[in-house]
Amino acid sequence: MTAPLLSAHGITKRFGSRIACRSVSFELWPGEVLGIVGESGSGKTTLLNCLAGRLAPDEGSVTYETVSAGTVDVHRLSEARRRLLTRTEWGFVNQDAREGLRMGVSAGANIGERLMAIGARHYGDIRQSASDWLGRVEIDLDRLDDRPTTYSGGMRQRLQIARNLVSNPRLVFMDEPTGGLDVSVQARLLDLLRGLVDRFHLSAVLVTHDLGVARLLTHRLMVMQGGSVVEDGLTDQVLDDPQHAYTQMLVASILPV
Amino acid sequence: MPDTNYEDGAYNYAYLDEQTKRMIRRAILKAVAVPGYQVPFGGREMPLPYGWGTGGIQVTAAIIGRDDTLKVIDQGADDTTNAVSIRRFFARVADVATTTRTEDATVIQTRHRVPETPLKEGQILVFQVPIPEPLRMLEPRETETRTLHALSEYGVMQVSLYESIARHGRIAKTYNYPVLVNGRYMMSPSPIPKFDNPKLDRNPALQLYGAGREKRIYAVPPYTPVKSLDFDDHPFEIETWTECCALCGSRESFLDEMIVDDSGTRRFICSDTDYCQERQEERQGK
Amino acid sequence: MKIMSPVLRVAGLAKSFFMHAQGGLELSVLRDVELDVAPGECLALVGPSGAGKSTLLRSLYGNYRPQRGSIRVRHGDGDEEKWVELVNAEPRITLDVRRHTMGFVSQFLRVIPRVATVDVVAEPMLRLGASLEEARQRAEFLLSVLGIPERLWSLPPATFSGGEQQRVNIARSLIADYPVLLLDEPTASLDTANRDGVIDLIRERRNAGAAIVGIFHDVAVREALATRLYTVESPGVAA
Repeated sequence: MTAPLLSAHGITKRFGSRIACRSVSFELWPGEVLGIVGESGSGKTTLLNCLAGRLAPDEGSVTYETVSAGTVDVHRLSEARRRLLTRTEWGFVNQDAREGLRMGVSAGANIGERLMAIGARHYGDIRQSASDWLGRVEIDLDRLDDRPTTYSGGMRQRLQIARNLVSNPRLVFMDEPTGGLDVSVQARLLDLLRGLVDRFHLSAVLVTHDLGVARLLTHRLMVMQGGSVVEDGLTDQVLDDPQHAYTQMLVASILPV
Repeated sequence: MPDTNYEDGAYNYAYLDEQTKRMIRRAILKAVAVPGYQVPFGGREMPLPYGWGTGGIQVTAAIIGRDDTLKVIDQGADDTTNAVSIRRFFARVADVATTTRTEDATVIQTRHRVPETPLKEGQILVFQVPIPEPLRMLEPRETETRTLHALSEYGVMQVSLYESIARHGRIAKTYNYPVLVNGRYMMSPSPIPKFDNPKLDRNPALQLYGAGREKRIYAVPPYTPVKSLDFDDHPFEIETWTECCALCGSRESFLDEMIVDDSGTRRFICSDTDYCQERQEERQGK
Repeated sequence: MKIMSPVLRVAGLAKSFFMHAQGGLELSVLRDVELDVAPGECLALVGPSGAGKSTLLRSLYGNYRPQRGSIRVRHGDGDEEKWVELVNAEPRITLDVRRHTMGFVSQFLRVIPRVATVDVVAEPMLRLGASLEEARQRAEFLLSVLGIPERLWSLPPATFSGGEQQRVNIARSLIADYPVLLLDEPTASLDTANRDGVIDLIRERRNAGAAIVGIFHDVAVREALATRLYTVESPGVAA
């Protein structure tokens, strides 16, 4: 590919007089996982929502290289096309799995929804695909007809991931995907994500406040403070040789285990 | 009590004032122009509460004329209290002829059934609708369902059908079964049994749907394709009975199950009283 | 010996650390580093402790960010091979170079939870597009050469001894045929027998044409592998 998959050009977002996001620009190439780290209030979630088309920036634009329709300006798309994009080529993993799932229907229905939304009409095939994906996220196949209300937090998160990946997206946005989970559950989930990113050649933008998660999952890192990107580069380089004062402080603050 | 209240000046013809009829007719025209699309209308205070057919009555009132012949059925029967009340209402305020015979009617107002006797061009079927939004149970927000209709995003309904098969082994919905009208809008056919859904498809008559409490009107023009939703490997199927009608012997109509005595004896009898009556007369005539 | 043209060229490299928390203290570690490495060469970095050998190695890999200078490497397939500048390169360039051209053996194995040893080793080869069986086979071969018993192959290396982890690390770095290898004390935690096994593997790679830059504390290892020496003196004056 000769063009970046996702480009941000001067993204600025204000809430009243407060600047949540200040002129953020970057290019994401296929196969890259970009981490956005920062503490609460850094603007990282606002940035993610602007990138994913959920929030319109006040200035700047987000462009995306589609599979078959060239480059599109994400916020200039019609709502219909943007919604279609988010259901096919993109994925979004919410921190709280409940926001990304239908809690009232079975896991199979949750995973099958994207397929049905784009016209799948064979129950048996849909069920089989859902079952395959349940296996890939390491949930017991006999939980296929159970509702996510009966799932643990870690299982719900894995279900949310399966629901997103069933449409073979090229780009996945993740907002603190392991937030709020027990440490061992986190580890398992991170592992799974790592494997899936590798196996399906996913590109991703991952927001996290946890540098350990960033180290494990991301190739590149952007450090945000007060709405601005204060440092960016390869993940290992930003974490091992931080240049900016804030980054140095963040890295030094990691508790040793 | 005078038979025709409107001649006294007590009510306008067919109860509604002319401006209201105009407004409702405009809504009906829009509805006919976009089959299956729910058109909001300014529903009026009617002499009966919501849930008793105010939507259907307003639609009928807007279209009925002196030359019409009106039939009113309630779950297929002409003789229930509600059917009788509504028929008498229009007889009084619109000075129209009324009938129980489907083939003689020009306007048929119905609650929860489609007549068994096939309809003809020129006839109008007015449905009473409680909840016009087919996605309401899946998506409670009106703002969201409007967007889903606008963008033709009906995946959520397919998901609910999937869920039904996963839970019950088949699509368990037996009434108010969702349909796709003219290949575009998803519509609630009102709580008719799914048995009646095929009758909606390319029907020569005009179908009008009125929801009084929700203040929506929608329509299916004559000969419009209406397709019930399903899966390729779980196709749409109508109900069947092992028995025939105890009164007329029909095996083709929708049968109600009746408990006829204290010991719980069951009989299956046609829900459509006119249809049953006609068949009985035919049999006796032989 | 045939003299081949270098595949790694470093010029005018300078690296400092700015410690903001310590009142903006600047630690100059490398200054004007210049070196070349050709295929079949093993350049051993020597010098006093803390002089910047590790810093230099990490800078070559892009793990540390130099302030000034140039690090260029021959990168690309066949006809497309060309010089690629790594200082201030776009991340995807460095990532591509790391995937295909440059390998790094650090002193510490970063343990990834739950992944079996054989898969840890196989990963770089899978990234290059090899099949799972091919990569696993080669991983198993390297692991046995390095003396990691078969019963450990399906276990994650988290509970392994330092020496075992180090050998897993080496296997992982050698599984792909990198034209350029950077080695930071590859035999640090190993006993003599294992050390010799590693020496053999690296020497084999060197003789097959890899260009190697390494830090070898152990004199015996250095003497077995190095074809040239490069002295790093604080603050990084070139030898």
